[in-house]
Amino acid sequence: MAAVMPAVAASRLLLSGNEAVARAVWEAGVKVAAAYPGTPSTEMMEVVSTYPDLYAEWSVNEKVSLEVAIGAAYAGSRAFCCMKHVGMNVASDALMTLTLTGVIGGLVIAIADDVGLSSSQNEQDSRYWGRFAHVPVLEPADSQEAYEMTLYGYELSEKYQVPVILRMTTRINHVKSLVIVGERVPQVSAGFKKEPGRFVMVPGNAGKRIPLMFKRDIELRALAETSPLNFIEDGSDKRVGFIASGPAYMHVKESFPDAPVLKLGFSCPVPFEMCRQFAAMVDQVVVVEEVEPLIETELKAQGLKVIGKEILPLQGELSPNVLKPAIARLLGEKVPEMQSTVAMKVFPRPPTMCVACPHLGVYYTLSQVRNLTISGDIGCYTLGAGHPWNALDTCVSMGASMGMALGLDKGRGEADKDKRIVAVIGDSTFLHMGMQGLLDMVYNKGNVTVLLLDNRAVGMTGGQDNPGNGRDIYGDDAPRVDFAKLVAALGVKEERIHTVNPYELPVLFKTIRDEVKVPEVSVIITDQPCVLIKDYHKMRPFEVIDDKCTGCGNCIDVGCPAIHVTRRAKEIKPNGREVDLAFVRIESSVCTGCTLCVQPCAPGAIVHYAPVSPIKLVNMGCGSCNE
Amino acid sequence: MSENTNILVVGIGGQGVMTATEILAEAAIAFGHDAKKTEVAGMAQRGGVVSSHLRFGKKVLSPQITPGTADVLLGFESAETMRWQHMLRPDGITLMNTARLVPPVVELGLFDYPDDPLAEIKKVGRKVVAFDATSIAQELGDIRLGNTVMLGAIADHLPFSAEVLLDCVLKRFQRKGEKLVELNRRAFEAGRAAVGEAESAVA
Repeated sequence: MAAVMPAVAASRLLLSGNEAVARAVWEAGVKVAAAYPGTPSTEMMEVVSTYPDLYAEWSVNEKVSLEVAIGAAYAGSRAFCCMKHVGMNVASDALMTLTLTGVIGGLVIAIADDVGLSSSQNEQDSRYWGRFAHVPVLEPADSQEAYEMTLYGYELSEKYQVPVILRMTTRINHVKSLVIVGERVPQVSAGFKKEPGRFVMVPGNAGKRIPLMFKRDIELRALAETSPLNFIEDGSDKRVGFIASGPAYMHVKESFPDAPVLKLGFSCPVPFEMCRQFAAMVDQVVVVEEVEPLIETELKAQGLKVIGKEILPLQGELSPNVLKPAIARLLGEKVPEMQSTVAMKVFPRPPTMCVACPHLGVYYTLSQVRNLTISGDIGCYTLGAGHPWNALDTCVSMGASMGMALGLDKGRGEADKDKRIVAVIGDSTFLHMGMQGLLDMVYNKGNVTVLLLDNRAVGMTGGQDNPGNGRDIYGDDAPRVDFAKLVAALGVKEERIHTVNPYELPVLFKTIRDEVKVPEVSVIITDQPCVLIKDYHKMRPFEVIDDKCTGCGNCIDVGCPAIHVTRRAKEIKPNGREVDLAFVRIESSVCTGCTLCVQPCAPGAIVHYAPVSPIKLVNMGCGSCNE
Repeated sequence: MSENTNILVVGIGGQGVMTATEILAEAAIAFGHDAKKTEVAGMAQRGGVVSSHLRFGKKVLSPQITPGTADVLLGFESAETMRWQHMLRPDGITLMNTARLVPPVVELGLFDYPDDPLAEIKKVGRKVVAFDATSIAQELGDIRLGNTVMLGAIADHLPFSAEVLLDCVLKRFQRKGEKLVELNRRAFEAGRAAVGEAESAVA
């Protein structure tokens, strides 16, 4: 991405939470910023990289990104790191010791919780890390607060030499609202000073740092008691007072405009005294937080009588239509009737793979090979679990396809003794956390066929660059990983490594069928780019000759969204069996000529599109150079 | 809070729903309102359901529209327009593109696409105006003008003048030359006219 001239100070901009944090990172004089993409956090680093005078990178995983940021903070420079909630699980090994050494240059870690599971494998509450690692947690309620809290986070971090967690949720990251911005204040790096008692965490040194961490906890709690980020807004209806944090604050204000509210922006450590004072002002207190009852449980342990998850859900967002009925029930009032009519019944529309996606060929082939157990991973290719392929049997965490495939192999029971174990993983996921699993599989003599789908992009999050495609976050050339050499170096035998074009179905089918029979580790690398990145080249589109289509439906099994059914019929076969027929057409305006549907078409009904106007052909490219 | 205007824009990933809502938000701000825009995007890039919420007014708190409180539903696709009807106020209005984008699960025969989404919506008794934004864009020479047609369609159903929105739309194309600005102006006016004509036909 090219650097742009940032908007001038005092501008009122419509920014998402992600964009607001990125702006604050730049203004705070951050020198080093690192992240691995992950919804809903991705845009933070994308936007940071558009600002001048700082270094940004896509790291190979969240742990490495945090370590890069820690190094920069030790060097005395301000550093930034961001990730989605599950990313902190990966990075936490570094965090749990970082809290003992603390930082020199300020370090803010923005964690984006996918509350409501828009694009994640679980829903977890990152505020736990504040408790677990004894670090402060700031919780913005909109973009303006995300911006201000990021700036404040650097002051806090440097004053107490502690990393600061900025806890965001999808409704902060992806909501656009108005932000008044300032200007960049350059920072002078303090420089790295050797201090082994602090920066070399061997037992003898670490033991001495632990009491300092506890002392810091007490200081931070005292600070939270007087922080302007925590404040009470009085109200006339004192039947219920609300303690709220993050986006839940906005939902409370929307739902109960007359109720007293204690807003916690500096929510960890919890300011107990402030909460006690607030509780004395109202008849009863309800704690409204997404998602776990953290503040609530700590207040209860302090002997405060508060209500929380007894009446509010432990899962998902706490929008007004969740809060209003819950509070009405608590007060014994008639539950307000939401004006909504019952939703109309419409078919589900799950996400699909793109037209001509190289993964289509892989999953079509896998769906045709029998007796497989397919250990899956995280990325676009997780969609292979869906229709029409149903060719992915597990998905747990980044890189898990490798270790789990080995476990499925070693742990197989008598009933599965003839099953072939296949693992499917994308290039970026493999580099993130899959390599170690493959090494383990080779070292422990597993019997697994690995499909490494190299599409040269982090596809699901929007095609970010990574070491697999040879470009860095700025789009500049960077050393590109050679996957065949890499897996060979991990110990996979040369004759068990195949690089295959996923659009050549017969070759792909034969390679998979042959390799699953070999009782050792094989790696099949597919080498065609994601259709959404610039490396992909469109070819001449196809169309269906209506008269020739026999309605067999083979092309539909490929799963390409450009193929549409025009009519259905039933046919009685000579053996008396009734079969369903589906006659098709191809939406030629979106077809890019990948040939995946052409190959299984027995009657040869799919031919190159012959448009009426020759201009369209020129626009699409003639395609002949690719044939 | 009821003094906010709630606009719901729906469609499928890749149709430009989020960009259209962002331009509507810019227009609301240009008019002097506070505004918040939100959607669940995530995997929406892959042909999934997208619903984008825009709320504006003196001060906006919660970014989400509560079911049953949307003033206008702008639908980029027929079945998606049906899907979100429960979000509308009883006297809210639906402005819908008649385009039908059939997903693979329907092609596979697992589910049915509704025969006549417009009729289904009318059956509930809500105000609805339908138009073919895709054809209008094609007539103007470029299917990509569809989004501007959609924005034109909503222009006379906002609590500020259509010109405020038009300015925000055209600003996006200024850097790309006068020709594109002019094409988008025509697309915007065509969308406006399509809804206007359909409404006067009903009246």
